Amino acid sequence: MAGPMVLGRAAASISPTRGRTEPAIVRWTLIGTALAFLGLFLVVPLAAVFAHALQKGVAAYFESLREPNALAAIRLTLLTAAIAVPLNLVFGVAAAWAIAKFEFIGKHVLITLIDLPFAVSPVISGLIYVLLFGLQGLLGPWLADHDIKIIFAVPGIVLATIFVTSPFVARELIPLMQAQGAEEEEAGRVLGASGWQTFFRVTLPNIKWGLLYGVILLNARAMGEFGAVSVVSGHVRGLTNTIPLHVEILYNEYNFVAAFAVASLLAMLALVTLAAKSFVEWKSQRRFTVGDSHAGRGEVR
Amino acid sequence: MAVSLKRRNVLPGFGLAMGFTLLYLSLIVLIPLSGAFLKTATLSWAQFWSTVTEPRVLASYRLTFATSLIGALINAVFGLLAAWVLVRYHFPGKRIVDALVDLPFALPTAVAGITLTTVFASNGWIGQHLEPLGIKVAFTPLGVVIALTFIGLPFVVRTVQPVLQDLDVEIEEAATSLGANRWQTFTRVILPGVLPALLTGFTLAFARALGEYGSVVFISGNMPMRTEITTLLIITKLEQYDYAGATAIAVVMLVSSFVLLLFVNLLQWLGNKRYA
Repeated sequence: MAGPMVLGRAAASISPTRGRTEPAIVRWTLIGTALAFLGLFLVVPLAAVFAHALQKGVAAYFESLREPNALAAIRLTLLTAAIAVPLNLVFGVAAAWAIAKFEFIGKHVLITLIDLPFAVSPVISGLIYVLLFGLQGLLGPWLADHDIKIIFAVPGIVLATIFVTSPFVARELIPLMQAQGAEEEEAGRVLGASGWQTFFRVTLPNIKWGLLYGVILLNARAMGEFGAVSVVSGHVRGLTNTIPLHVEILYNEYNFVAAFAVASLLAMLALVTLAAKSFVEWKSQRRFTVGDSHAGRGEVR
Repeated sequence: MAVSLKRRNVLPGFGLAMGFTLLYLSLIVLIPLSGAFLKTATLSWAQFWSTVTEPRVLASYRLTFATSLIGALINAVFGLLAAWVLVRYHFPGKRIVDALVDLPFALPTAVAGITLTTVFASNGWIGQHLEPLGIKVAFTPLGVVIALTFIGLPFVVRTVQPVLQDLDVEIEEAATSLGANRWQTFTRVILPGVLPALLTGFTLAFARALGEYGSVVFISGNMPMRTEITTLLIITKLEQYDYAGATAIAVVMLVSSFVLLLFVNLLQWLGNKRYA
């Protein structure tokens, strides 16, 4: 907005902002329509989760969370995330290091392959592991002979979660590290730092916000994944149910209060994720405003 | 290669990083994914064809494609509007609204599914007001559209937003000084500028909707031939231990989503070429 300063200029019959904005009535109609749409699709469902969870009071709410099967589901979800997050973190950093700091043939193919799990339906992500490790699967008979259970057991859930969440960190770091180039690392090396020293003292401080951003999204998806996990889990109560699967079972049993109570944990996780994400965007935008407008955001799957 | 070696041979760790990346990618993604195609190869072409063209399967494609398309179109219109409002106007609570746009990415699909079903059920917060008007949402194709609109919402907003932000206001001012009114400026100057991003967002939302499962299964009611989506059919086949049938349908879906992915890459390439 140009502000009143410009008004002093000679005989401008067109007001300074007229070329770039609309009359107030149009503006507020557009804002109103957009907010109504977002309110209907975002705010109403979010409010509904908590309202239905607390429908029968706070005591019933906490009762549903303390129940042994709910606790087992929470434990399994935490375990899954505790395995999937570090593994995909290391994978993302390694992939971004190789792609951003070096030139090689087939780089674009590699980036596409890393992104592939995002293009695959969650249900199919689960299915491919059933085809590999299930009883009728390629390795199924061998696994059965050696009494190793992957499908309908915890390892399958962990594997499917790793598959679904594997691109998050890599896709956040690759553009960031490509924009930063390799000069600072090269300087570190020339000044006598070892490879790991260069990584921990030069690279890591430069990418920490992007890395954190990727990990936040990765963690949210790892804890909330439903489709892929649903295919491989077998839905054994207290054993192979993650929080989202537990929500499904409770809901299908018409135990709505308990279903929404457990679901509210995931809704809170989503809110914390959004808050953390906004915080990182705010922090990193301050850091990366010069030159690269993609650094802090780069959202969009 | 020779040039790059000269320039960047100071940095170590290429072998380790690349080796680990390829090993991990092969074990987690490539080998399991090619397993699906191998499994399909055990079917004869005739078997494959009859599986993927069963009437019940065809009905599920129709429903999935139609509802995904409508959901993505709704998001194209309202996503563009939301991006416009968030970039161009000021209003109280804007930052919170901006953060909230990503909710469908952050909220697990199962939670979205049960919540939308409850809200739009005939006794739900919104459903009870639609029922007297003769509009049924839960357990109808309309419900599927609602769920797919929800999960696709952030794509258009987040692809259009940065482009709108970087759009040169001087071009708009030039259009105005040359006598264009605001609507002409929008349709002839602004819209062509954001079109590649809008199309990318639309395609991403559409592709995501095609493969969606969690948010839809609750609200759709899952009636065969009427409200059964393709991903659910894959699960149904799996539960009947019809692995080959499930895989055949999955391959059809995989191929269609890869085609869409290719299309998105092409769009982005075209967009980069134009604004490079």
